[in-house]
Amino acid sequence: MSLQIERRAEPSSLMRVAAPLIATLLTLVVSSIMFALIGHNPLDTLFAFFVAPLLSMNGLSEWLLKASPLILIACGLAIGFRANVWNIGAEGQLVVGAIAASGVGLFYPDPESPLLLPLMFLAGMAGGMAWAAVPAFLRARMNTNEILVTLMMTYIATLLLSLLVHGPWRDPDGFNYPQTALLPNAAMFSYFDATYRLNTSIFITVIAVVAMWFFTERSFFGYKMSVGGAAPLAARYAGFKESGSVWLGLLISGGVAGIAGMAEASGPLGQLSAQISPGYGFAAIIVAFIGRLNAFGIVLGGLLLSLLYLGGEAVQLSMGLPSAVTSIFQGMLLFFLLASDFLIFYRIGRPVAAQGGT
Amino acid sequence: MNPRLELRDISKRYPGVVANDQVSLSVMPGEIHAVLGENGAGKSTLMKIIYGAIGADEGEMVFDGTPIAAHGPAVSRALGIEMVYQHFALFESVSVVENIALCVSGPFDLAGLSVQVRDVSEKYGLPIDPHRLVHDLSVGERQRVEIVRCLLQDPKLLILDEPTSVLTPQAVAKLFETLRQLASEGCSLLYISHKLDEVQALCDTATVLRNGRVTGTAEPKKSTPTKLARMMVGADLPETHHGKAITSGKPKLSVKGLMTSADDQFGIGLKNISFDVFGGEIVGIAGVSGNGQAELVSCLSGETPTKTAHVITLDGADVGQMDAGHRRRLGLAFVPEERLGRGAVPPHHLSDNAMLTGHRLGMVKNGMINRGAANAYASDIMQKYNVKANGHEAVASSLSGGNLQKFIVGREIELAPHVLIVSQPTWGVDVGAAAFVRQALIDLSRSGAAVLVVSEELDELFEICDRLLVICQGEISPSVDRADTDVEEIGLLMTGLNTPSSVAPSGGISR
Repeated sequence: MSLQIERRAEPSSLMRVAAPLIATLLTLVVSSIMFALIGHNPLDTLFAFFVAPLLSMNGLSEWLLKASPLILIACGLAIGFRANVWNIGAEGQLVVGAIAASGVGLFYPDPESPLLLPLMFLAGMAGGMAWAAVPAFLRARMNTNEILVTLMMTYIATLLLSLLVHGPWRDPDGFNYPQTALLPNAAMFSYFDATYRLNTSIFITVIAVVAMWFFTERSFFGYKMSVGGAAPLAARYAGFKESGSVWLGLLISGGVAGIAGMAEASGPLGQLSAQISPGYGFAAIIVAFIGRLNAFGIVLGGLLLSLLYLGGEAVQLSMGLPSAVTSIFQGMLLFFLLASDFLIFYRIGRPVAAQGGT
Repeated sequence: MNPRLELRDISKRYPGVVANDQVSLSVMPGEIHAVLGENGAGKSTLMKIIYGAIGADEGEMVFDGTPIAAHGPAVSRALGIEMVYQHFALFESVSVVENIALCVSGPFDLAGLSVQVRDVSEKYGLPIDPHRLVHDLSVGERQRVEIVRCLLQDPKLLILDEPTSVLTPQAVAKLFETLRQLASEGCSLLYISHKLDEVQALCDTATVLRNGRVTGTAEPKKSTPTKLARMMVGADLPETHHGKAITSGKPKLSVKGLMTSADDQFGIGLKNISFDVFGGEIVGIAGVSGNGQAELVSCLSGETPTKTAHVITLDGADVGQMDAGHRRRLGLAFVPEERLGRGAVPPHHLSDNAMLTGHRLGMVKNGMINRGAANAYASDIMQKYNVKANGHEAVASSLSGGNLQKFIVGREIELAPHVLIVSQPTWGVDVGAAAFVRQALIDLSRSGAAVLVVSEELDELFEICDRLLVICQGEISPSVDRADTDVEEIGLLMTGLNTPSSVAPSGGISR
C-alpha cells in the first residue's frame, strides 16, 4: 500500500484549526515515550512542564515577561518575512538597541528627567533601525543577500556589547563583572507589583500587535509588501517597488528589535550586561513562523515558546531532567507544529486506481 | 472487431468539481477520434485517466477487449498507450536522442537509438536530427521529438493534447499528414482540441464534453462548426461585431527603434522594433512563441524598463525608463501571458487580486485599504465577465485557467485604459467566453483606446484586429491591413521565410 500526496484546491479551514491540535497530540505521545524511556513518569513530567509553571503568580509574571519581547520582535520580523525580506539578525538589532538606550540612560545629564524613558525608547528604536539599515542599503542598492548580512551584523553587535561592558562602560564598583552601572529609576519601566518582574513595557507589545495587524491587513503598503512576498513577478507587473519593501521590512523589524532590547535593559535587567538577551532575536523567528506571520498567531506562538522555556527550566530544577532532554522536547513540538501545517495545503491519501466495475 | 479503447462510465471528482461524470467513449483501431470541449470541460482529466496518470473514482476501461484492472503509466506503456502533452517535457541542455533515451526501456544504446530515431522520423515525415541540442530546436521541432519518442514505442493508441497550439499553419498541415499516415497503419488517435476547423479537417469521430459530461458524439466531417460549437457551449456562439475603426490622429502607443540584447542563451534580443498603435484600433502581433514576444511585451509594460526613454512613447510622453506602476498612472493596462504569479497573486483572494492594479479606482484612502470597494470591484468583474469562482473570497490559484484569465482581462479592461496590451487574450478560455473577451476588446478600442494584442492564434487575430504585425527572431514585419492579407501570408511571415526585410537563415521554422 502506498500513500500519495495531493495538493488541496483550497487551503483546508478545518486543518487550519486541527493542525496545531494534531501537532500537540503527536508531541504528547512521542515525548511520553521518551520520558518513559529515560525513567520519568510521562504525566508528571508533562504536568511539571506545562502546568506547574503557570500555577504561581510569579510563574505567570515570568511567562508574560519572556513572551513579550518574543512577540514584539516577531511582529516586526513577520512584516518583513511576508515580503520575502529575511531579517535573521534581530538579535543584533536588539543588542544595538539596548546599547543605544542604555547609553542614553547612563549618560543623560539629568537622571531624574521624566523624559529619560521616552528618550531611551527612541534611542533603542533608532539603534535597531540603524543596525538594520546597513543590510537594507546593501540589499536595495547592491542586491546583497540580507540573510547573511543581518546574521553577520549580529556578531558585530554582540562583540561591540562585549567591548563596552568589559571596557569603557563597565561599572567601576561592579567587582569587575562585565556590566554597566544600574540605570537610574527614571530610566526604568514601572512594575505592576514590586514582587514580580513583569513591567509596563508589555503595553508596547500589545500596541505593536494591534499595529502589525492593522499594517498587514488594512494598509496598502502592507498589501504591496505581501504581493512582493507571494509573487515577486506580480509585484513587478503591478509596478510595486521592491526596494520600498526591503527598506520598510528591515527598518520596522530592526526598530522593533531595538525597542525590545531597550525594554530588557529598562525592565528585568536594569543595566546593560554581556548577556542582554537569551536569544530572543533568534527565537522570535520561530515565533513568527509558528504564528504563520499573522499578528494573533504570533501572540499564541510567543506564549507557547515562552512556556516551553519556563517549563524547560522547571523540569530541570524539579525533576532533574538534563537540559538536552528539554531541548529535544522543545524541538519536537516545533517540528510537529510546522510539519502539520503541511496538511493545510496538502492531503495524504491512497491513490485511487481505475478499478473495474465499481 | 473489438474497439481499441472503450471507456464505460468514467467519473472523477475533485473537491468542489466533478471533472468527469460518467464519460463513455470508444475508439476503433485506426480511428482518429476527437475529444472536443471548452476549457474546464474535463478533456485533460479524461486523457490523464486514460494514460493512468491519475485514477478514476468510478468506471471501467477496456483495452482491445481486456479490462484494465490496476492502471498506471507503466501499464499504459506496456499496452501501447502513449501521450504527447501540451507542454513538452524535454531537457533543454541535452540532445534529442539523449532525451528520448530517458523514456525508452532497454539497454542504454545511444548509437542504435539514433538510427531508430532517424528511421522513424523519415518514415513519418518528421525530420529531426537526433544529435541536436533541444534548446536549439523550434517549438515545432520539439513537438516532433515528443511524437517520435512516442512512435518509437510502437503505440496502439496515441493521445495528443492540443498539439497545434504552438504551431504555424504550415506546421499544422504537416502534422496532420503524419497523423493520417499513423492512423492508416492501424494506430488509434485521441485528439484533444477546442479548434473546430482542425477537428473537421482531421478527425473521423468526435466526442463532445461539456462540464465533464458527454453531450454528444458526431462525425465532424459531416457536421457543421455551428452544430459542434453548440454541443460544446450548449448555446449558439456569440459573434463579434466590429464597428468601423476611427483612429486617433496621433499614435497612443509608439515604439521607435527598440533594441534589447538577449538575457541568456535561450532568450531573444529585439532588433530595431518600431511600430505605432493609434487610438480606436486593434493591432495584432502574430508569431510563433519564443520569437521575442515576451521580451517586447515586458519592455512595453514597464516590467523591463528600456535603456533610453524615448524608444517608447505613451500618449506622446517618453516612458521607456518608467516602471510599470508609473506607466499605469499614464493610462496603460496590461494582461500578461502568465496568469498565476504575474497577472495574479496565487494565494491571494480575488478581491486582493482586483486591487493589484485596480487600487487606483478609489480602493486606497490615506494609505488604508477600502475593503468594500475592492470587494465590489472584484464582484463586479466576476459578474460582468462571467467568472466562475466561489465568490470574491476564492483564492486565485483555485480558479481554472480560463476563469482566472477572464478575471484578469476584465480587471484590466474595467480600468478604462488609454492603451491596453494583451498577451494571449483567450489562451485557455472556453469558446463562449473567448467570444465575449474579444468583443470586449473590440468595444474598448472603438471607445477610443489603443489595443495591442499579442497572440499565437491566427484565427483570433484575424477576427479582431484591424492591422497585423508579425514578429520573428526579434524582428517585426511592416504592418499589413487585415483586409489585405490572409492566414497563408502571415504564416509564411511567421516562419521568417518570406520576409523581404528579414535575413532568416534557411532551416525551417525559426524559434
